[in-house]
Amino acid sequence: MEFKEKLISSYLAFEEDLDLLDSVHQTRAKALRVFEKKGFPTKKDESWKYTSLNALINADYALFPRSEASIELKDVKKYFLYDTDTYKVIFIDGVYSPFLSNTTHDGLDVCLMSAALTKPKYRNLINTYFNKIASLEESLTALNTSYSKEGAFVYIPKKTVAEKPIEIIHFASGEEHSLWLQPRNLIVVDKNSQVQIIERHQSLKEHPVVTNSVTEVYVHEEAFVDYYKLQNDLTSASLIDNTYIQQAKNSHASVHTFSLGGKLVRNNLRYYHTGQRILSTLKGVTILEGKQHVDHSTMVHHSHPNCESHQDYKGIFSERSEGVFNGQILVEKIAQKTNAFQQNNNVLLDDKATVNSKPQLEIYADDVKCSHGCTIGQMDEEALFYLRSRGIPKKEAKALMTYAFANNVLESVQLPSLKKRINGQIASKLGVNLGFEL
Amino acid sequence: MLTIENLHAEVEGRTILNGIDLNVKAGEVHAIMGPNGSGKSTLSSVIAGNEDYDVTQGKILLKGKDLSGLDPEERAHLGIFLSFQYPVEIPGVTVTNFIKTAINANRKAQGLSDLGASELLKKIREKSTLLDIDSKFLSRSLNEGFSGGEKKRNEIFQMAMLEPTLAILDETDSGLDIDALKIVANGVNKFKAKENAVVVITHYQRLLEYIVPDFVHVLFGGKIVKSGTKELAHELEAKGYDWIKELA
Repeated sequence: MEFKEKLISSYLAFEEDLDLLDSVHQTRAKALRVFEKKGFPTKKDESWKYTSLNALINADYALFPRSEASIELKDVKKYFLYDTDTYKVIFIDGVYSPFLSNTTHDGLDVCLMSAALTKPKYRNLINTYFNKIASLEESLTALNTSYSKEGAFVYIPKKTVAEKPIEIIHFASGEEHSLWLQPRNLIVVDKNSQVQIIERHQSLKEHPVVTNSVTEVYVHEEAFVDYYKLQNDLTSASLIDNTYIQQAKNSHASVHTFSLGGKLVRNNLRYYHTGQRILSTLKGVTILEGKQHVDHSTMVHHSHPNCESHQDYKGIFSERSEGVFNGQILVEKIAQKTNAFQQNNNVLLDDKATVNSKPQLEIYADDVKCSHGCTIGQMDEEALFYLRSRGIPKKEAKALMTYAFANNVLESVQLPSLKKRINGQIASKLGVNLGFEL
Repeated sequence: MLTIENLHAEVEGRTILNGIDLNVKAGEVHAIMGPNGSGKSTLSSVIAGNEDYDVTQGKILLKGKDLSGLDPEERAHLGIFLSFQYPVEIPGVTVTNFIKTAINANRKAQGLSDLGASELLKKIREKSTLLDIDSKFLSRSLNEGFSGGEKKRNEIFQMAMLEPTLAILDETDSGLDIDALKIVANGVNKFKAKENAVVVITHYQRLLEYIVPDFVHVLFGGKIVKSGTKELAHELEAKGYDWIKELA
């Protein structure tokens, strides 16, 4: 049986303990029909031209983990931002782990999607926000919607600054031979509020895992959302991340995506505006080796005047790794005085590494500043000579240069402990040994 | 210390150096002057081991050791230092971290362990004071956003920290105002010692007022066409390079 058929025929089992008359379930059922009709995207779809899901979907996965896996804190502590006090919403094989989590309802809600979807006190929020910006047409998002049940739910009320960053971590224990996960997150940040979020997906054993995740983020007036995606998974794990962000006037939403590992990663990041003077920031560092494949597909939809968007993605590819960057900027006629910048710079360290970079600008307004730049290059030989002439061996010099190349994306990371961690990860991945104390 | 014999070098099939002979002894300062395009920068690049250039004939010896086939880093480990005309910017790597990496790479090549933090800081403090370098400057990214003068001062600071046996200063005076020039020259003069040597490459005589050479060589068409003492530099300043071209 094809995996698509399995997803559809397993739906009855998924529905067993759900309220089928609930409006949320109507939404799910409708989404399943979209997936059934469209199926998985193929390379014939323009936006999937350089990324094939064939290898992933021609396999079988468990949809509902059988046993409850237990993980000890000591085994996973290293994946937490342990030197910082954080809220934590932790899942193991898609199931909430109260033991590893640290949720709250004190002045803000950091809890579970399953609670938000079923408890009456969240009904208004769910009716207002659930599946309102996630695509109704895109088949993978629809697939996630149809199976949406669990994930993180965050609600930050007006004039509230979340004092601690929120970590959302999905572990795959490896108890199942292979696993298909579909977490669904909803994040609502009301007027004049702020929150920092760190999301990661981590396998603990080399077993095939595919995660098809959807996150909706609502950023109200004057609010600031600072979101970090840490993708440094095992080479047995793949991730399709679909993140939809809606911003109201004077808000700032920033997403940093650090893609340092995994088998196949696809990041669909979509921004929508509902007012003026909005700032949207999209940054990424991708460092791959082996046969890893990362595809960044971004879209900023400028539909109001006087807004800004900044995209800056750096990629470093060695061995046979593959990178894709498809950055779309859409500026509607009404969106005058838009400032939209996009930068995608790549370094290929080996002959067999590839990058496909495609800026896609559609501009219908005439008084705008839009720019894009894309470079694909090898190492700057002159700079390399400079370092080597100081006695630094070629390999180390290359690593230092690569580190420097990726570094400026790190400059805008607001959380010092996170910055230090990522800095260290990038340095160790590149084989650079710097003391960061200075 | 440095012996160059009949050195020929080319880049992309174009001959730049056309039979250079040069002999620099320990404790000496040599100046190499010449008009633009005479091969001055190529000579410094070739000595430092830049792989863009092919040595087609002749050889370079440092303390009797043939440098042929040695990588730039191996030459650095033997004590060669090149102060660049256009130092490269390395964002995200501080001056201090860079120096530390370079010093420890050289120590490793000599079979020594890493320099301790306190020793390193002591040395940094001493050399940066000498070159009038602010401590804030040391925590900035290497050469990023540095003014021309800051870049050159940083080159000389690296030289002072690495303590090479042969320092080649390629157009170190370009882009420097007179105050910066004096500071840089002072740094070089403090570095000068019986057991090391300095080769100053310059278009103008100006720097040689402050770093006084023992010998001056004029390079033209990839050859040394005239050698003399510091008076030769004055003569070039007064008469320009046209009369040199006739010697070639």
